[in-house]
Amino acid sequence: MVEGILQGLEAALSIQNILMVIAGCLIGTIIGMLPGLGPMSIIAIMIPIAIKIGDPPAALILLAGVYYGAIFGGSTSSILINAPGIAGTVATAFDGYPLARKGKAGKALTIAAISSFVGGTVGAILLMGFAPALASVALLFHSAEYFALMVVGLSAISAFTGTGHVAKAFMMTVIGLLLATLGESAQFNAPRFTMGIMDLQSGISFITLAMALFALPEALYLVLDPKRSNTGGVGAEIKDLRITKAEARQIAPVIARQSIQGFFIGVLPGAGATLASFLGYAVERNLAKGEERAEFGKGSLKGLAAPETANNAACTGSFVPLLTLGIPGSGTTAILLGALIALNVTPGPRLMIDNPEIFWSVIISMYIGNVVLLVLNLPLIPYIAKLLLVPRNYLIPFILFFTMMGSYIGQNNATELLILTGMGIVATIMRFAGFPLAPMLIGFILGQMLEDNFGRAMNLYDGISFMWIRPMTTGLLVISVVLIFLPSFRERLAAWRRRGVAEGD
Amino acid sequence: MTLDRAIAGIFILICLIYGYTAFITMEANLLPFELNMTFLPNTMPKVLSVLGVIVGLVVVIQTGPNNQAEIDPSEIDYRNMRQYKLVQALLLLALMVAYALLLRPIGFLAATTSFLAGGSMILGERRYIVLFPVAVFTAFLIWYLVHEVLGIFLRPWPWFI
Repeated sequence: MVEGILQGLEAALSIQNILMVIAGCLIGTIIGMLPGLGPMSIIAIMIPIAIKIGDPPAALILLAGVYYGAIFGGSTSSILINAPGIAGTVATAFDGYPLARKGKAGKALTIAAISSFVGGTVGAILLMGFAPALASVALLFHSAEYFALMVVGLSAISAFTGTGHVAKAFMMTVIGLLLATLGESAQFNAPRFTMGIMDLQSGISFITLAMALFALPEALYLVLDPKRSNTGGVGAEIKDLRITKAEARQIAPVIARQSIQGFFIGVLPGAGATLASFLGYAVERNLAKGEERAEFGKGSLKGLAAPETANNAACTGSFVPLLTLGIPGSGTTAILLGALIALNVTPGPRLMIDNPEIFWSVIISMYIGNVVLLVLNLPLIPYIAKLLLVPRNYLIPFILFFTMMGSYIGQNNATELLILTGMGIVATIMRFAGFPLAPMLIGFILGQMLEDNFGRAMNLYDGISFMWIRPMTTGLLVISVVLIFLPSFRERLAAWRRRGVAEGD
Repeated sequence: MTLDRAIAGIFILICLIYGYTAFITMEANLLPFELNMTFLPNTMPKVLSVLGVIVGLVVVIQTGPNNQAEIDPSEIDYRNMRQYKLVQALLLLALMVAYALLLRPIGFLAATTSFLAGGSMILGERRYIVLFPVAVFTAFLIWYLVHEVLGIFLRPWPWFI
């Protein structure tokens, strides 16, 4: 492991890779600030660039830098204009925006940057400890266990992202899996479900799907509802970035707690930064007493530090399942997984052994990335924030154009743009009806791997007997069944209680 | 009928067609040596189509008119589309389709300039002196970055040049 860390250090500290981190963080911050372009869209647009770089550690370092940069940029727009660029920073706006209105925007941004820094750094340390341990367990896994693990991942995603309606989230996962079967299958190269259309032979490109599911609906929402891109009020200058010792002492325990809590929430598939930030906010509000609690929502420093720390720690946490099991836990890591596969790297337990320089250089670059965000981006924020003054009439066509470019330049195929528009419309309608979109993308990306492992296990055991012969597989499948039925069971229990049915003990 | 029910209904229909292809058409097209194999190209689709129909039915049952999720104020209320700028959104979508169809024939630069300028105009921009230079500059800049820096070919000019 020490040897691997040294190799990673060597790779991460090369001039090229340090420049990659800096470039990634800057690009991420700038674009993440714009409403309508979240980390997923930005990373998807950056994939052709990453592939052009060709060197997997450098490319992955760039993309990871873009990821934290985007989260940081998202919190900036949450604080300054109450328009969170991404879902993970919605909770930041609860207290960040009131602070900015009191004229303390500079202070709020500093607290956000410090909280993000600590959250990200603690997350990276925990990742260093946990990933190798998990990877060594994962080496015992067989295709049957992988199949079961992916089923667990998919059911966890359905269970956690479907707020209220697990069935809807599960349906979206199945749609993702169905879409993944379009085109040629892996074990047999016969085209399936292409309806004779040549362009579908290689299946749907995952970048197109990611753009159609996230970037396009968000942009359409901005068009439909102009209030969402309300950029008034940035005009005030951002000054006084310093915080006092007393304030630092006040937020320190919050940051410490949320770094750890956020990381573990991030590790869970499907939970991710959004859940971590909301939960972090709720927990800290409950822990605060008296006056401090009343302050929440009106510009509490604790209320700002909690979601900011938690979402960055969770971002780092979401790399654990990606790097050790090859299973993405969130939409963003799903796109990173796609990028890795395009770069001919297979994430999974073997990654640490076969390509230690990739594994460790990414983790080490996380430390560097966090320092870059704090030292470089924070002082630049007052200037970068001017970008928020770009009028909506210009911003929206640009967002739409970048969305189309992202899916076009990867394939150089104009049919992709038609698929993008069509699927984007469908995705927007689904979002109207409250169907969560992330499970669909994750289902799509895991679909092929799921089928491969399922097929391999079936061939080895000549049928589906592996599901009960191998204890670990059985255990994992049982967990996934529990995950799916637990929320609906709890809902039913709550409904019974409301009707006054006595509770059994 | 609520929108989520309708979507689930369409999904069930798609699953039935998909399932028909998996169970009947693909089964009939199997090669002789494949008949004895455990895992076939249509094994997974068979599983998925059955799963899809079941899940779709669960959604239909669960999302009755009495069991609607509360509307999140930050989301768009589709029952009342008139309060939103639907026409602008539809025009922009039409513009995207036009861009997709014209990108190859008229070249990247002309298509992109018209897309950016047209998009801004749909959204209500009327300062043409700012609008067109910005669109032309961006189109050239992006073309330069993609073509020269990234090395990805984008045909800049119309087909006749």
